[in-house]
Amino acid sequence: MSRSAFHVELQELQNAILKMGALVENAIAGAVQALVKQDNRAAQAVINGDDGIDQMQLEIEGRSLRLLALQQPLAKDLRFIGTALKIVTDLERIGDHAVDIARIALRLAGEAYIKPLIDIPRMAELARGMLRDSLTAYVHEDLELAQGLADADHTVDSLYHQVFRELLVFMMEDPRTIRQATHLLFVAQHLERVADHATNLGEWLIYMVTGQRKDLNA
Amino acid sequence: MNSRRQESLARVALGSAACLTVAVMLAITGQVLASGLSHVSPAFLLEAPRSMGREGGILPTIISTAYLTTVALAVASPLSIGAAVYLAEYARRGRLVQGIRFATESLAGVPSIIFGLFGFSVFVLKLGMGWSVLSGGLTLALMILPTMVRATEEALQSVPARYREGSLALGASRWQTVTRVVLPSALPGIATGVILSVGRAVGETAAVLLTAGSALGVPQSLGDPARSMAVHLYILASEGISMDRAYATGSVLVILVVLVNAATNYLGRRRVPGRRKHAWSRPSSSA
Amino acid sequence: MVQTIKFSIDGLSVAYHDFWALSEVSLEIPAHRVTALIGPSGCGKSTFLKTLNRMNDLVDGAKVKGAVLLDGQDIYGREVDVARLRKRVGMVFQRPNPFPMSVYDNVAYGPRVHGTRGRATLDALVERSLRSAALWDEVKDRLGRPALDLSGGQQQRLVIARLLAVEPEVLLMDEPASSLDPISTAKLEELIHRLKQQYTVVIVTHNLQQAARISDYTAFFLGGRLIELDGTAKLFTTPVDKRTEDYITGRFG
Repeated sequence: MSRSAFHVELQELQNAILKMGALVENAIAGAVQALVKQDNRAAQAVINGDDGIDQMQLEIEGRSLRLLALQQPLAKDLRFIGTALKIVTDLERIGDHAVDIARIALRLAGEAYIKPLIDIPRMAELARGMLRDSLTAYVHEDLELAQGLADADHTVDSLYHQVFRELLVFMMEDPRTIRQATHLLFVAQHLERVADHATNLGEWLIYMVTGQRKDLNA
Repeated sequence: MNSRRQESLARVALGSAACLTVAVMLAITGQVLASGLSHVSPAFLLEAPRSMGREGGILPTIISTAYLTTVALAVASPLSIGAAVYLAEYARRGRLVQGIRFATESLAGVPSIIFGLFGFSVFVLKLGMGWSVLSGGLTLALMILPTMVRATEEALQSVPARYREGSLALGASRWQTVTRVVLPSALPGIATGVILSVGRAVGETAAVLLTAGSALGVPQSLGDPARSMAVHLYILASEGISMDRAYATGSVLVILVVLVNAATNYLGRRRVPGRRKHAWSRPSSSA
Repeated sequence: MVQTIKFSIDGLSVAYHDFWALSEVSLEIPAHRVTALIGPSGCGKSTFLKTLNRMNDLVDGAKVKGAVLLDGQDIYGREVDVARLRKRVGMVFQRPNPFPMSVYDNVAYGPRVHGTRGRATLDALVERSLRSAALWDEVKDRLGRPALDLSGGQQQRLVIARLLAVEPEVLLMDEPASSLDPISTAKLEELIHRLKQQYTVVIVTHNLQQAARISDYTAFFLGGRLIELDGTAKLFTTPVDKRTEDYITGRFG
């Protein structure tokens, strides 16, 4: 493979990552939507879609390893491929969280919610935004945008604690709500983890561009 | 005409030239040997001549030829090797080197009789050495000098530069490099120079006649006159003394040259351990 | 941890007639480490290497300016014995160049040249050097046979043994593996890795992966100048100068 063909391959690798990111983002959106609307078919679709996401991860990993072996990349190219390998891991985990949310949606289907879901969709919206931003930052190598993820993560964490307290109150006042409240708590936790994974993406982008490892979750 | 025909035509023409050359060589040596070998016998080789060479053998001339050649080589070798080493290894490129080379090559073209004249007036007369092995040997030395310098220089130049580099990179001096690596490597080429020179020395007639004289008799010292085989042959033939014996002497000369050739070749090849038999059959590059 | 410096080069410039092969190069070569010199063809890295043991002196019209200090002493000083310098700073060339002699005589050549005598002493020295060069087992039964009969990889190790026999302090290597197959190359790299415990190694290489594998420090040359010198890991993952980055990622020459 000539050097320019190699650069084309790098571009294609990036495209694959963006495609996987889009799939994952839709999965989160779909799962939370299914939960709110109590739509079983939508939830099932998200669960089925996870295979596709896992496939993409394997494909991207395979391509990356092949490029490492055949091209022995150095400097930026090396960091690019290293970052790719780390990013797909985080994306795949986000996909798994989406599946878990969808399963909870199936479990809670047909029940009346103890309270209208407001904060949870808000968390989902923020997490999705973070994921979108991290991928945008990745494509444009936008360090500022990546930095901004740290603040967004704090916001999501605060929201999570809020949801936690609220549900706790519900459970203490009425033990019959414990089952549902616990499931909803898990949903919030999944979304909080999604935000963390998106922040990781930002950290890897910073490494790819500058060569420095920085902790944004702190 | 097409290239196939051109190719076969060329092959035929060149082959014929080669055959013709070999044929001429064989004809000359053949004729001499044919006419002379029958008269060569152990007695011929070991006895002294009688009645001016009409009878008897040629022993003194064989010995004289050996003495003359030895003196010539003894004088010319160190000089030529020294000069060649200087030119090839030490001298910086420039006018001086070009000058020396020009002088050497011009000397190679000087007719032998001039050397004879020089030897006669300087060695025999001026320096008072008279007709002697020394005068003859020195004159021959001057004659073979250019050939030996050129052959040695080329032999030295064909030693790969990487041997010198390797030696110098180990901290050897230039002198050590020359004596331990370059010269031993160049021996076959130097041997060639010696062969050519011996052939010339043994065959020189007029110059030897002028400087070593023509007295029959085994020289007892460097100062004694000597008659070489070539001179003896000339005298036997030109003065009508004995054509048979002239041919016989010629045969001995030819055989002698061939033997010297073979011996020098053999020695030149043997002395260099590490020389591969075939330069083109390298073992493959593996661990 | 204090790193001893073997060579200290300051403002080195080298010209061949009117062409400046090196301009104002300054750097330090640390002792007991492998320093790799990389750069495109004609960048001056081989010229730099040859300056360290004054092999440049052999080139017609070579001029050297600046200071090259070995253990604090300028090797271009007036009183310097070049032969002794080359004993301390040895060189391995691109194509193996064993002498047309036996294996034994090749290795013994250096010591003999420097005055070592005695069969027993030489025997021990030859064995030790061949062992250090990881060649002893392969040639111990054929020390008297011609060196030119060995394979390329063996010849290169023989040349290294020959070098080690004079007990140098520094080993300069000019693309030593470029004419070898992968297995021989691997053996050679293994050897270099072991040698650096005792010697200082400076190696010129076209092979970036090789430089990455075996060197501790890497210096990038371009157009006769030193562009960047850093720890190998750092230079190959996060180079500072864009020209270095472009070269090692193959975005030019």
